[in-house]
Amino acid sequence: MIQVISLLLENKPGALMRVTGLLSQRGYNIESLSVGRTLDPQISRMTIVVDVDSLQRAQVIKQMNKLINVLQATDLTESPAVIRELVLLRIRTTQENRTAVLKEAEIFGGRVVDSSTEGYAIEVTGDPEKLGEFVDVMSAYGEVDVIRSGSVAIALESKKLKLQPPIPTKTLVG
Amino acid sequence: MSQLMSGARMLAECLAREGVECIFGYPGGVTLPFYDVLYEHHVRHVLVRHEENAAFAAEGYARTTGKVGVCCATSGPGATNLTTGLVDAMMDSIPIVALTGQVSSKLIGSDAFQEADTFGITRSCTKHNFLVKRFDEIPQAIHEAFYIAASGRPGPVLVDITKDALQGQGHYQPVSTIHLPGYKVFTEGHTGQIRRAAQMIAESERPLVYSGGGIVLAGAAPELREFVQLTSIPTVSTLMGLGALPTEHPNFISMPGMHGSYAANLALTNADLLIAVGVRFDDRVTGRLAAFAPHAKVIHVDIDPAEVGKNRVPDVPIVGDVKRVLAKLNKLIDETPAPEQKIAAARRAWANQIAEWKAEHPYDRSTSDSEIKPQHLMSEIDRCSGGQAIVTSDVGQHQMWAAQLIRFNEPRLWVNSGGLGSMGFGLPSAIGAQFARPDKLVFAICGDGGFQMSIPELATIASHALPIKMVIMNNGYLGMVRQWQTLFYNHRLSAVELDCFPDTDKLAAAYGIKGRTVEKPWELGPALEEAIKEPGPFLLNVKVTPLENVYPMVPAGSAINEMVLGPPQPVEAA
Ligand SMILES: Cc1ncc(C[n+]2csc(CCOP(=O)(O)OP(=O)(O)O)c2C)c(N)n1
Ligand SMILES: [Mg+2]
Repeated sequence: MIQVISLLLENKPGALMRVTGLLSQRGYNIESLSVGRTLDPQISRMTIVVDVDSLQRAQVIKQMNKLINVLQATDLTESPAVIRELVLLRIRTTQENRTAVLKEAEIFGGRVVDSSTEGYAIEVTGDPEKLGEFVDVMSAYGEVDVIRSGSVAIALESKKLKLQPPIPTKTLVG
Repeated sequence: MSQLMSGARMLAECLAREGVECIFGYPGGVTLPFYDVLYEHHVRHVLVRHEENAAFAAEGYARTTGKVGVCCATSGPGATNLTTGLVDAMMDSIPIVALTGQVSSKLIGSDAFQEADTFGITRSCTKHNFLVKRFDEIPQAIHEAFYIAASGRPGPVLVDITKDALQGQGHYQPVSTIHLPGYKVFTEGHTGQIRRAAQMIAESERPLVYSGGGIVLAGAAPELREFVQLTSIPTVSTLMGLGALPTEHPNFISMPGMHGSYAANLALTNADLLIAVGVRFDDRVTGRLAAFAPHAKVIHVDIDPAEVGKNRVPDVPIVGDVKRVLAKLNKLIDETPAPEQKIAAARRAWANQIAEWKAEHPYDRSTSDSEIKPQHLMSEIDRCSGGQAIVTSDVGQHQMWAAQLIRFNEPRLWVNSGGLGSMGFGLPSAIGAQFARPDKLVFAICGDGGFQMSIPELATIASHALPIKMVIMNNGYLGMVRQWQTLFYNHRLSAVELDCFPDTDKLAAAYGIKGRTVEKPWELGPALEEAIKEPGPFLLNVKVTPLENVYPMVPAGSAINEMVLGPPQPVEAA
């Protein structure tokens, strides 16, 4: 099944490698992964979508939480959250189809970001599943090239971030 | 007050502050600044002969003391040579800190001489790792490394330090706090869950303690003993947990699993409650997971939340330090009235049943008049040890026989590579153990295969006159692989014969240490006694029956009660 995970991660060298390494090491298939800074430049937020056996869902979260640089791992699969993705799509289309393409783009809330005699470049954001439909529809009008950003998600209920306090180092031995 | 010093000197100061007595290592180009400091520093450096063995020695030190073991290697090949030891420590949750040199920070990424991406390579081999590029980051990284290695579920931590960081000069200010905001250590265990566990224990008719390496790591052997004392519950211990409850304890059954005892495997299969403490339901213990302990409810106590529910979903999960959880549980049980009549009677029947299983199929201890059987060798080592010696082991048949037949009456005596099963572990880990415990009799039991992976360390042993008693169980084969080929690959013995085994008496002499070879049963006892009497190292080569198999054996994919108990009986011709 598809699992959506939101991670808060210390912005340290190698932190991203630890997360992706863990996913491949444990045999979890990554559907998408996106990462960016939060308001605090020391902390990044990641959204990871994995395809796992439903019994493994808790295990994925626990393994993530074990990474020293992970501050919080949350399973958003079933909790209230907004999940969005961005698609940039370039379409080559015939003169006759141009209007139809624009109409369809509008239905999906798309925005034309470039137009030429060859066709258009269109930007759409939305629910990842809906974007799949958008791409399918567009493909019917001509040759398309697509880049998807991967899902980004935010929980609708805020979960308190519990950070561990500093630890005094041992007193001098010997 | 701060002092002007080099990064390398800061490193040594931080190690001293962490109470490090000795480092097992091997120098090289980029670690020169550190070795220059060690030249006159009180932290002792032990030169091993291969970096893999530095990591194994650090493990031997950690496994026998519970303190963090330290190893050190240069960049590139030095660091890559460490990796087997790191994974080994990872699999068995052993606290070690590995220090590696790295090329200067400005050369990173240029394929400089002896550059390897140690930080990337060891990501999955460690609990955590650091890449330090500035001298002033060294103290923080070192103290964090030690804290992470030793706390929670222990494990290996690597600190990769660039040459320019070691050379950089600055004011050293001892670090007073470390901050790891995302590192959660679970200690206490949920009180409500512990109460539920106590209740479940009180109601169980066929309870069984399934105890493991976590008990040893947590120093929870006293609490385990108290628990068993209070409840009289029979106990099995995994390979990693041997000694936590003395082998001779009346409630101790034995090791379960692939080569575990008949009674231990049947007890697991018939129990109605497992009190699983510091274990991870490893496949070598459970056999076919779906058929493992099919009638049992499970209380699972572990410090690592990811282990709880990973392989078996427990009825009562308790995430916490097994030492503290057991202490609380003991207190609760102590306050609870003794189990009611019906339960008490069922428990007596259960204990009798287990005693019967034990008597029905004890481990094979057979001897022969003409040759030394492997079981005979282990019984003799057991006799000499009396449950008190440190015994390290390689991986293979000898390891299983040693685990079956040698008594361990304390934790931290049995040192072996359980999770990774690394051949060549026995000898170098004995080096670490003997440095850690100079007072102890240390046996290193090696396979004739594994020994040949460790021969270079004879120099380390000779150089420090370490009184390790090395015993080679010489069966002429990669015995455990040969056993599988015999049993499951139609006797097609492929690449398992160890021809050209060296004359170990000459080998010992070449290193200036004592050695002897025996092959007759009557020579064995006296040879072991000679080895023990010798104040220095001793290399004893014991030629044993070549084609003996380890039993019981649970074939891969079978349930653990589906044991093969011995060789097929010869069938009379019709
Ligand atoms: C480094 C390594 N390589 C290969 C193996 C696979 N293996 C497991 S047991 C074994 C045989 C070990 O032979 P020996 O050391 O002679 O011990 P014996 O089984 O004969 O007692 C082998 C090759 C291993 N465990 N470790
Ligand atoms: Mg052998």
